Amino acid sequence: MQLTKRSKQVDTHPLSALESTYLPGILKGMAITFRHIFKKAPTIRYPEVKKPFSSVWRGVHILKRDENGAERCTACGLCALACPAEAITMEAAERKPGEEGLYREEKYAAKYEINMLRCIFCGLCEEACPKEAIFLSNSIASANYDRSTFVYGKDKLVEPVTPPAEHVNVFEEDYRKQWMKLKK
Amino acid sequence: MAAFFVSAFFFKILLVVLVFTITLLIAMYSTYGERKIAAVIQDRVGPDRAGPFGILQPLADGAKFFMKEEIIPDSSNKFLFILGPSLAMLTALMTSAVIPWGPSVTIAGTVVPLQVTDINVGILYVFGIVSLGVYGIMIGGWASNNKFSLLGAVRASSQMISYELAMGLSIIALLMVSGSLSLNHIVNQQSAWHGMRWNIIFQPLGFLIFMVCAFAETNRAPFDLPECETELIGGYHTEYSSMKLGMYLFSEYINMFVSSAVMATLYFGGYNFPFIDWCGAHWNANLVSVLAVATMFAKVFIFIFIFMWVRWTLPRFRYDQLMRLGWQILIPLSILNIFLTGGGILLVENLFK
Repeated sequence: MQLTKRSKQVDTHPLSALESTYLPGILKGMAITFRHIFKKAPTIRYPEVKKPFSSVWRGVHILKRDENGAERCTACGLCALACPAEAITMEAAERKPGEEGLYREEKYAAKYEINMLRCIFCGLCEEACPKEAIFLSNSIASANYDRSTFVYGKDKLVEPVTPPAEHVNVFEEDYRKQWMKLKK
Repeated sequence: MAAFFVSAFFFKILLVVLVFTITLLIAMYSTYGERKIAAVIQDRVGPDRAGPFGILQPLADGAKFFMKEEIIPDSSNKFLFILGPSLAMLTALMTSAVIPWGPSVTIAGTVVPLQVTDINVGILYVFGIVSLGVYGIMIGGWASNNKFSLLGAVRASSQMISYELAMGLSIIALLMVSGSLSLNHIVNQQSAWHGMRWNIIFQPLGFLIFMVCAFAETNRAPFDLPECETELIGGYHTEYSSMKLGMYLFSEYINMFVSSAVMATLYFGGYNFPFIDWCGAHWNANLVSVLAVATMFAKVFIFIFIFMWVRWTLPRFRYDQLMRLGWQILIPLSILNIFLTGGGILLVENLFK
């Protein structure tokens, strides 16, 4: 019974004299491989051309700043509480006068560490945060030989003052164009 | 001294060196071509990092082979272990001596034939050397003192024996048509009919048998049983490393190049191209020779492409299928081919003369 258009009925008839020389089968196979020569390779040449992550991708965490450039995190600890992998630790400190441009509220995280080897990138910290301070960004934790480098501190987590570029959708043809441009 | 540089002896040495270099160069770039063709057939990009389009990849591969650690197993027969790849390389390089690459060229009044040596038993020479080639594999496989290597070697030799027979029989039919064993003579015959009297017209079945046997003799897929990774790890070269392994792989590519050249010479008119007689009458003889050499190499490259195309299309034969194809299909077919050719020759001689 034909369930889909793509399925093919199994053919088990005994080979005819011509077929038992294997030649028709060989020529058929060679025709198929020859057709593939003219197909374009869907390769993305990785280090030069990068495929952007999906907009819902849960990557490395980022500690957001508000519109004035002050850190949003108040070190309430809800993210650490929500974390099923217990990857987040932090130490709170009180904002001193004159630091209003740096921290949004009176309390802030003096130390904020996420252990990337423990983190399972579930995004529960993002959901727990009442201040919209922590988000999972569209990048990945880079590989390293040393385990201690995987404990990310504030230096790596806090959003840079100039925000990164907007997410754009890129299609297969664009990767090829990007590569051609790079080659020139 | 100046007379030496225009002497026939000097040009002969030059030709030998040139053929040797070109053979190695083509074998080198066959590895690149193989990877590139495999890539395009499988919708990939292939090597493209070493130089523009990756054309320096063979150099990188060679450098890697030389830098690898050289391991000679403790329990191996060391002399034979080293002799194996050397023999494979030696026999692979010897075959190209009798192949006519083009008609003669005239340089400073000296006529230089573009064939290293025109011996009158050219085909027999090719056959002798090609069947010696299996000794490199056999000795290497045996000297490794490894069961898988030995199995690979045994497979290689039995495969060689089985397919040598059918190949020889398919050649007999060709010899009945051409009446000569000299490769130069066979090519010259094919220059009739404006350079289009190719033997493939009279021997289509013989060519098919010859090509299948050539695939088997060069240990190329689908007949690469001596080195099949899935069954025998690496077959005869399991224990080999560094450039000795490189030599084995390299000799396979040289064999491929040479058997492509032999197929082009025997069945596809060698260096003859359509209207070569008109060109010879109207143009400079040396220019025609250059064109003829280019034609020869174009034919060789097409055959090398077919070798690779088949490799990336067909799966490997099972051992019993291989033996059945060799003994029960190819040998009876080639004997039938001899009868058909003989009958055809009798018919033509009695009806049209």
